[in-house]
Amino acid sequence: MAQVTKLNVNGTLRTIDADADTSLLSVLRDHLDLTGSKYGCGEGQCGACTVLIDGSPRRSCITLVGAVGQKQITTIEGLAQGDRLHPLQEAFLEEAAMQCAYCTSGMIMTAVSLLRANPNPSAADISHSMEGNICRCGTHPRIVAAIQKAAKALNHSMKESGQ
Amino acid sequence: MSGKPNFQIPLEPERYELTASPVYRFEVDRREFFKFLGAGILIVGVLNNAHAFQESGAGKRPDESLPKEIGAWLHIGENGAVTVYTGKVEVGQNIRTSLSQCVAEELHVPVSKIQMVMGDTQLTPFDMGTFGSRTTPTMSPQLRKVAAAARDLLIGLAATEWQTDRKRLVAADGKVTDPETKRSVEYAVLAKGQRLTQTVSEEAPLIPATQWTVQGQSSPKVDGREFVTGKHRYPSDQKLPEMLHGKILRPGSFGATLVSIDAHEAQQIPGVTVVHDGNFVGVVAPTAEIAARAVSAIRTEWKAEPQPSNKELFEYLKKNATEGKDPTGDASRYEAGSVEKALASADRRLQQTYTVSYIAHAPLEPRAALAQWSGDNLTVWTGTQRPFGVRSELAEAFRIPEERVRVLMPDTGSGYGGKHTGEAAIEAARLARAAMRPVKLVWTREEEFTWAYFRPAGVIEVSSGVRDDGTIAAWEFHNYNSGASGIRTYYDITNQRIEFHPARSPLRQGSYRALAATANHFARESFMDELAHLVNMDPLDFRLKNLKNERLRAVFEAAAKKFGWGRAKAAGRGFGMGGGFEKSGNVATCAEVAVDQKSGEVKVVRVVTAFECGAIVNPDNLRNQIEGSNIMGLGGALFEAIEFENGRVLNGRFSRYRVPRFSDIPVLETVLLDRKDIPSAGAGECPMVGLAPAIGNAIFAAKGVRLRSLPLVPNGLQAG
Repeated sequence: MAQVTKLNVNGTLRTIDADADTSLLSVLRDHLDLTGSKYGCGEGQCGACTVLIDGSPRRSCITLVGAVGQKQITTIEGLAQGDRLHPLQEAFLEEAAMQCAYCTSGMIMTAVSLLRANPNPSAADISHSMEGNICRCGTHPRIVAAIQKAAKALNHSMKESGQ
Repeated sequence: MSGKPNFQIPLEPERYELTASPVYRFEVDRREFFKFLGAGILIVGVLNNAHAFQESGAGKRPDESLPKEIGAWLHIGENGAVTVYTGKVEVGQNIRTSLSQCVAEELHVPVSKIQMVMGDTQLTPFDMGTFGSRTTPTMSPQLRKVAAAARDLLIGLAATEWQTDRKRLVAADGKVTDPETKRSVEYAVLAKGQRLTQTVSEEAPLIPATQWTVQGQSSPKVDGREFVTGKHRYPSDQKLPEMLHGKILRPGSFGATLVSIDAHEAQQIPGVTVVHDGNFVGVVAPTAEIAARAVSAIRTEWKAEPQPSNKELFEYLKKNATEGKDPTGDASRYEAGSVEKALASADRRLQQTYTVSYIAHAPLEPRAALAQWSGDNLTVWTGTQRPFGVRSELAEAFRIPEERVRVLMPDTGSGYGGKHTGEAAIEAARLARAAMRPVKLVWTREEEFTWAYFRPAGVIEVSSGVRDDGTIAAWEFHNYNSGASGIRTYYDITNQRIEFHPARSPLRQGSYRALAATANHFARESFMDELAHLVNMDPLDFRLKNLKNERLRAVFEAAAKKFGWGRAKAAGRGFGMGGGFEKSGNVATCAEVAVDQKSGEVKVVRVVTAFECGAIVNPDNLRNQIEGSNIMGLGGALFEAIEFENGRVLNGRFSRYRVPRFSDIPVLETVLLDRKDIPSAGAGECPMVGLAPAIGNAIFAAKGVRLRSLPLVPNGLQAG
């Protein structure tokens, strides 16, 4: 069986030793100890395992590590810059958009890609984009509010930096 | 373990709520304490009140004099660190934060300075478990008393030090200050070199709710940053050096027994150990993938009896009703006046039958455990609402004393009443014992859907007689299998007969958020709506005419006002209400639904919930719980149901079992009634009970179709 020995994760080239047909989620969690991405269903239905691959949200539980190649993977652990949280992380805290928070990393990663594609999403846009992410505690309205808050913060900081 | 077939996984065929009394009682060895805590000040909270004592789980017989029991303890270290120890656990209800607020308030330290050690059977006092909305009414007052005693002790130390009257000293912000001399001393300095212990057993004076400054405020999740950065380690994230991964081979159906097994091929896979012990078959492997491969390489044959399906469920439950009591200890039969006479003389009579399906908790983190043996000592990290209960299960399964078992409960990916048991813990421990290495086991989603337990299904029959003026004269209510929680009516009815009939359940069933209160409120509040229409009264007026309870009246009136009850509605829209009393909370819910004329799809567009649970501890967290209860309740109300046939679950995955998603979420509005004169009650359960009847009644108002089964519209309404 083909082996995968290198993986670009959170800006670092990591050395691994995994069968190509191992799920990316297992490699992240078990080989690289990046346990922020969660197992929730194993069939791409709940979004708890969402990571970004070259900026696009992917269900790492149904993504084989052999299919990733040298693409850039971003996990929840790679989102903050040092001690500075990503505006979405800040907004989730401010809006208390979590209870057990097991879905939170997947929610945030999906939202990162949503805001890149649509910097000013309406509540309906957010609801549509987040439909594949399950929260069993029922914090959905708060998640929508947090994403809108983060959108404002991101747009504001873009203006500040003249982009 | 060499002795072969005497190991069995203890399954519990029926479990509405867990009330078993453990024999174990924690003994505090103070010297031991300071050994692992370091010097400082230790306050031990003793439960001497029968109600709180019951919560702690020992001595249930009323004729037995209650021995003293530890509720919680608090340590102030030489560095001023405040550590609180409680057997309660965090599953997303945010009690780590609200309990910290209670301590911060009484001890006069910032919330951020408090560390809560929770649900570790070695470090925390015994606790029955985290369920039944009991943490706020029982653990909060205990911790407040303990913290208040610590504050008094610190003030006393400062008074002695300064040789001054303690009455003029004040505690604030982690310091004791003398306002006259402006002298102040930090708690850390006072705790330095001390080995002081104090036991709090008397009613300590607590700060009344009207004077709260920390409680009553919205305090953010204390360790929220750990969660948004992915750093928090849930049970399924735990790791140990040398750790292996386990997987269980599941029988083809419930109750099956193993006839034959061929594990030869699996055993050839490098690094794989197969464990076969009675009906237990599992593997240990270096990775989860190899473990899964090994399990699929094992060939087994199982024998099972034919079993009913969800299609004949309700007839089955009625036919298999058994005599007996509800395990919650709720009275299963209640009678007053003469139902027969009142029915005979009533102006109108009505009889209806309601049903509720089995549903799954589906916590997003499935059951998981990491087990490690060290000689005959067992340590297990697992997600459970009952760490001490799981310790008992482990001790029993392996025939070792409880003292040799330590269960730790890292803050877990939710429970909703679904994680009272220790299946994964026992399985991981059995595998670890065979492998002689630490073993982690994480259930798959399908396993969680199939081998956990379900909210009980049930059949409820209601009959009543009303007078033309809207007075309910007679009320008869029979619940088969779903449970006795919330079975009593809060409406003032002279003649009533209410009875719970346990039944043989085809599926393993157990606690679920709000227990049977959801089913009983659904039947009662739907039936109230039917009765109101029978006598041509507005459903709100009809309820208020038959209701004296001021607290419940207040929430109905508050919800109706905020909702705009009685205003005109658009075509295809309907308004409905439901409400009640449960776990010392009062709730009223108004819902607006929209029914699509073409597709028949039912959308809940707006929900207004008025809720009152005494003095509010953390308003934003309370809102969060109420919103969450409604959203979770939406699934059971509209579309969730377990389909099963012949001992197999047919829809045990998220692609086949629909749970609420973003597009399902209505506009949620919450009205909080803060009763500072009433002790705080828990709020994780009660807010959900009014939702299902409110939706059902709204559908009737929209389309004239009366739905009497939960889920109401798994496939939408018939178009037209």
